[in-house]
Amino acid sequence: MQDQDLTLELQAQVQQAIESHTPLQIIGGNSKAFYGAPTSATTPLKLSGHQGIVEYEPSELVVTVRSGTPLNELNKVLAEQGQMLAFEPPVFSDTATIGGTIACGFSGPRRPYAGGARDFVLGCTILNGKAEHCRFGGQVMKNVAGFDVSRLMVGALGQLGVLLDLSLRVMPIPEAEITLYHSLASYGQALELVQRWQGQPWPLSALAYHDNHLRMRLSGSDDAIRSVAKKLGGEIDKDGDRFWHGLNVQQLDFFKGIENLWRISIAPATPMLDIPGRWLLDWGGAQRWLKSTATAEQIHKQTQAQGGYAICFRGAEKTDWLRLEPNLLALHKKIRLAFDPYQLLNSHRFSPEL
Amino acid sequence: MKSLKEMINPLSTSFISQCKTLVGADNVIFDPERLRVYECDALAALRALPLMVVLPETVEQVQSLLRLCHQHNVPIVARGAGTGLAGGALPVVNGIVLGLSKMHHILKIDSHNRTAQVQPGVRNLAISEAAKPYGLYYAPDPSSQIACTIGGNIAENSGGVHCLKYGLTVHNVLQIKLVTIEGELLTLGGNGLDASGYDLLAIAIGSEGLLGIVVEATVRLLPIQPCTQVLLAAFNSIEQAGNAVAAIIAGRLVPAGLELMDNAAIRVTDAFVHANYPLDAEAILLCELDGLSEQVEADVAKATAILQANGAVEIRTAKDEKERKLFWAGRKAAFPAVGRISADYYCMDGTIPRKHLAKVLTQINQYANDLGLKVVNVFHAGDGNLHPLILYDASQPGEYERAEQLGGQILELCVAVGGSITGEHGVGVEKLNQMCVQFSTAELQQFERLKTAFDSKNLLNPGKVIPSLHRCAEFGQMHIHNGQLPFPELERF
Ligand SMILES: Cc1cc2nc3c(=O)[nH]c(=O)nc-3n(C[C@H](O)[C@H](O)[C@H](O)COP(=O)(O)OP(=O)(O)OC[C@H]3O[C@@H](n4cnc5c(N)ncnc54)[C@H](O)[C@@H]3O)c2cc1C
Repeated sequence: MQDQDLTLELQAQVQQAIESHTPLQIIGGNSKAFYGAPTSATTPLKLSGHQGIVEYEPSELVVTVRSGTPLNELNKVLAEQGQMLAFEPPVFSDTATIGGTIACGFSGPRRPYAGGARDFVLGCTILNGKAEHCRFGGQVMKNVAGFDVSRLMVGALGQLGVLLDLSLRVMPIPEAEITLYHSLASYGQALELVQRWQGQPWPLSALAYHDNHLRMRLSGSDDAIRSVAKKLGGEIDKDGDRFWHGLNVQQLDFFKGIENLWRISIAPATPMLDIPGRWLLDWGGAQRWLKSTATAEQIHKQTQAQGGYAICFRGAEKTDWLRLEPNLLALHKKIRLAFDPYQLLNSHRFSPEL
Repeated sequence: MKSLKEMINPLSTSFISQCKTLVGADNVIFDPERLRVYECDALAALRALPLMVVLPETVEQVQSLLRLCHQHNVPIVARGAGTGLAGGALPVVNGIVLGLSKMHHILKIDSHNRTAQVQPGVRNLAISEAAKPYGLYYAPDPSSQIACTIGGNIAENSGGVHCLKYGLTVHNVLQIKLVTIEGELLTLGGNGLDASGYDLLAIAIGSEGLLGIVVEATVRLLPIQPCTQVLLAAFNSIEQAGNAVAAIIAGRLVPAGLELMDNAAIRVTDAFVHANYPLDAEAILLCELDGLSEQVEADVAKATAILQANGAVEIRTAKDEKERKLFWAGRKAAFPAVGRISADYYCMDGTIPRKHLAKVLTQINQYANDLGLKVVNVFHAGDGNLHPLILYDASQPGEYERAEQLGGQILELCVAVGGSITGEHGVGVEKLNQMCVQFSTAELQQFERLKTAFDSKNLLNPGKVIPSLHRCAEFGQMHIHNGQLPFPELERF
């Protein structure tokens, strides 16, 4: 990994963009360009050179890292100290950066039990759309001084500022992990069992149903895991790690095929939605993957009726990618202007209107 | 010409009568005696009488009231239980207080999805009580939990003893309904684990009543852990205790709670609750571990070894539930215990990187000595959240001012070592000056613009949280004039 601080160069580029009214396309490792709607901007602002660990003290459980740092590299540095990013972000390619991961707000199978990307962001420095260098949050676990702007950056797809440095809470890698599975024929059965387990004080760290198999990962001390495994029954999946990784980076067979891949975020106990296609239940039911040729209208309607929302994660459904109530959309636009008054950063990454 | 009535109370008669029509005359308070209840929160040194208090009972009433205030340009301060420690619920000039105490119903406990849907005036502890029959509870547990409301918790992003493992309010709220100053009802967050678009839930949590009024919340419930154990370790120096904290965290343990008390705190609380604390210890650590019994057993062994290796002179493990409660009794009674030995006290709330614990505590005592004041320290050591209690006597001329000065110095010290001026109590009006130390002009203006995006007329809790640049300039000058600028190396404007 290089150690290179490009703050001043990036600031100059944003300043230049303001002066020349040139919208910018923020690019990290370009591994998640498939996600969201394409920005209308064509001038790149490249973050991948802005790399390196700024500060890392394992006993503080905090790492401060430049946004262009490859996720793989960061994971490696943390693992050397027995630590990890507990939100288990997917590494879609070697080029994936931590900045892009935070801008997309992606989290992996551990999310319901350990927390999501937004839960681990303690602070950030950004360039806002006025090319001002601002720092929000900090390197401490608890910090309620001013609005929680650093969490607002998570999932904002770069529209509220160019992420420069991120301070993230890290966690110890569990002493032991094991994956068990049960064979179950129906989604209904699986959902029921999943909710029963999640209501128990068990050290779950992933829970997914796919291909007639309900898999659960347990994390903790050796003894604790073994005792729960006994109570839960089921078979040990020796390939468990491979399964969770494949699920996380979407390389299981399930993800193949030309249908759109939809991500549905919903209350975990919600019964199966009546949408044709292939389903995979992750996050104990709170994140559901759907491979389907159903229309966007049909999918949004069914999901919203149950209080959830759907996003076309991969595929052709790019118009109206983001669906928001009119009053929320209006507020989004105002917030966007509060951070990026000239609308230069990643315009239209969410929709023609945002 | 204004009528005499308008000079006494600048709210127009039409505004007042519309308020009465909206919520019923019984829910509108004018009587000065009854208004007194609302003149301050738990930062009782600052008081102001509101012009009027309204107590809505429904979401629609809140919407209509806000619309009315917007139309008449009347500032509004939301209020839960008034246990805030930073003056967040302090009434503002020419404004009214919107009390949420009558919206206090638990709407639903959903045991399948493990959530509770509640109105804003529901007390924190009431949620866990309602969830208990399902084997579930609501994790954030501020010490004020029998009184404080979930609306106040959301506004302050409150924490508690167990947030080291279970997170702050922001980690435990899935969805809120927020009424904007224009009377619109927004749903932020989702019924799953996220929502589409920007994470507006994150920005609303901890916004101290500046962005909107929380009228409903859906919070996450967790399964009650089957086994809990607590260790009490005594140390001959704060430094050793501080190092032990770092070692526990570095040792891959995530305790449910990790609290530190200094000698002053040990003595004061023990005299009050007879917790049988080691009175000669310079510091004690309380380390709580929870989970399955096998996990707790393994963790206790590990924690004991780490504490020993870091110089603990005595380590006790609670024999039973009774003793566990006793270990905690002193910690939990810290406030009232201090109240017994000091006429007044002032609770601070800075956070620092853990590695600076010993250095910062020593420096705080030095500052206190210099000002002739005493400080008692009990705090959330695991997450570096200090709560120095400054003892003073308001009846002694100049003592309150010195206490305030010491508080300011402590917070600026926190910023200087890389921490924050508030970990969980919020900025309110109390820490406006220190906001000038922690943030640059550009950052404060960014806050300002974000506030304006929600509330362009600046009617929601105006004058709180974000200091005016003018104020910061004055504060900077005052500091320099007194020759006391504590950290000349810090960037400021
Ligand atoms: C003895 C004691 C111990 C404490 N211990 C802790 C602790 O361990 N951890 C901790 O974090 N805090 C602690 N506190 C501080 C306090 O209890 C918390 O800040 C609490 O969340 C405040 O809740 P409240 O209902 O009393 O809110 P209030 O004091 O009434 O209001 C607090 C702020 O929230 C706003 N507000 C209230 N309700 C709403 C709403 N519905 N919508 C929008 N804004 C609203 C108000 O305008 C104000 O700015 C303690 C306080 C005391 C007195």
